[in-house]
Amino acid sequence: MALKDLSELNDIQIDVLKEIGNIGSGNAATSLSSMLMRPINIEVPHIAILDYNSVVGALGGPESMIVSLMLFMSGEVEGMIMFLLQKDFARMTLSSLLGEEVGDFDEGDEMANSALTEVGNIMAASFVNAIGTMTGLNINISVPDICIDMCGAILSVPAIHYANISDKIIFIQDQFNSLENHSTSHVILIPDVDSLSKIMTNLGIEI
Amino acid sequence: MSKTITVGISDLNVAKSPDILVTYALGSCVGICLYDPAIKLAGLSHIMLPSSKLAPEAGHAMKFADTAIVMLVKKMEAIGGRPVRFKAKIAGGAQMFAAKSNASVANIGVRNVQAVKEALGKLHIPIIAEDTGKNFGRTLYFNAEDGMMRIKSVNKGEWTL
Repeated sequence: MALKDLSELNDIQIDVLKEIGNIGSGNAATSLSSMLMRPINIEVPHIAILDYNSVVGALGGPESMIVSLMLFMSGEVEGMIMFLLQKDFARMTLSSLLGEEVGDFDEGDEMANSALTEVGNIMAASFVNAIGTMTGLNINISVPDICIDMCGAILSVPAIHYANISDKIIFIQDQFNSLENHSTSHVILIPDVDSLSKIMTNLGIEI
Repeated sequence: MSKTITVGISDLNVAKSPDILVTYALGSCVGICLYDPAIKLAGLSHIMLPSSKLAPEAGHAMKFADTAIVMLVKKMEAIGGRPVRFKAKIAGGAQMFAAKSNASVANIGVRNVQAVKEALGKLHIPIIAEDTGKNFGRTLYFNAEDGMMRIKSVNKGEWTL
């Protein structure tokens, strides 16, 4: 039986997704840490299957400002990944990456955008590699697109793109701890349903 | 004292003077404001997708430009609005991400705006103000007192149309 919707997942399948999110996030944190040349620990991520409105609520409401990196998976798994970073976290990352204190920045700041896009690229690649290694599936990712704006407006993009599939998404909350900073970032994972079935099957989970 | 009435995503509502309708964080979605100046009646619809024909199973008429606008007009008519007097103001339909790798994501805002214009054209409702496209999110306030539409953004300040 094929899965039709994320809301049809049973507890075991959700646990599997959590494990994927866990390993993916761990990998992403490791590569972030080596990129920034500072230790970054990650707590066990909190993972939930939510609808868009709840996600917007969890991120501080529709008008809260957020830095987002969106990319597409293709190959044996198709879908979308979105990294959502609080501005403080993005600023901290930029400061370590560029080796100088970064003040406020907005979407017009080319240097900041291109550096963050690269961070997103590397984090996404390691996240997706973890899924690929676990499942033996070949997954490619597109170059990320960046947008710094209201989180409601940003999340409407996947909501619209996947409107005829599902209004549910996999929402992963990561707590990153470096020496002096504690920040939360979020990953949204939207595999299309066929890909989700493939992931489950390859992991030996019945669907 | 005026009330502020929130219109969610894929939602619509009406308000009479002096109340204000608001919808938050329009990205590629479009907000459609209809106003009947004679009785100071305002209507606001927040659509996500251009056409109900694209996703027949997704249901929910308030989600689509073609069906939502018809619904909003009926709702305003039911409380005394006369479509012949209606004027429209629209906002939203942005391209949030450059998304070079995915044209259907890149174009959705443009398609939404087109669909809204077509739907309003069919109903012979003129568009007297428009703030659409570009690449930023908008919160929209629509005042039933004077039919003014106020747009707020996080990066570019706010303005009234």
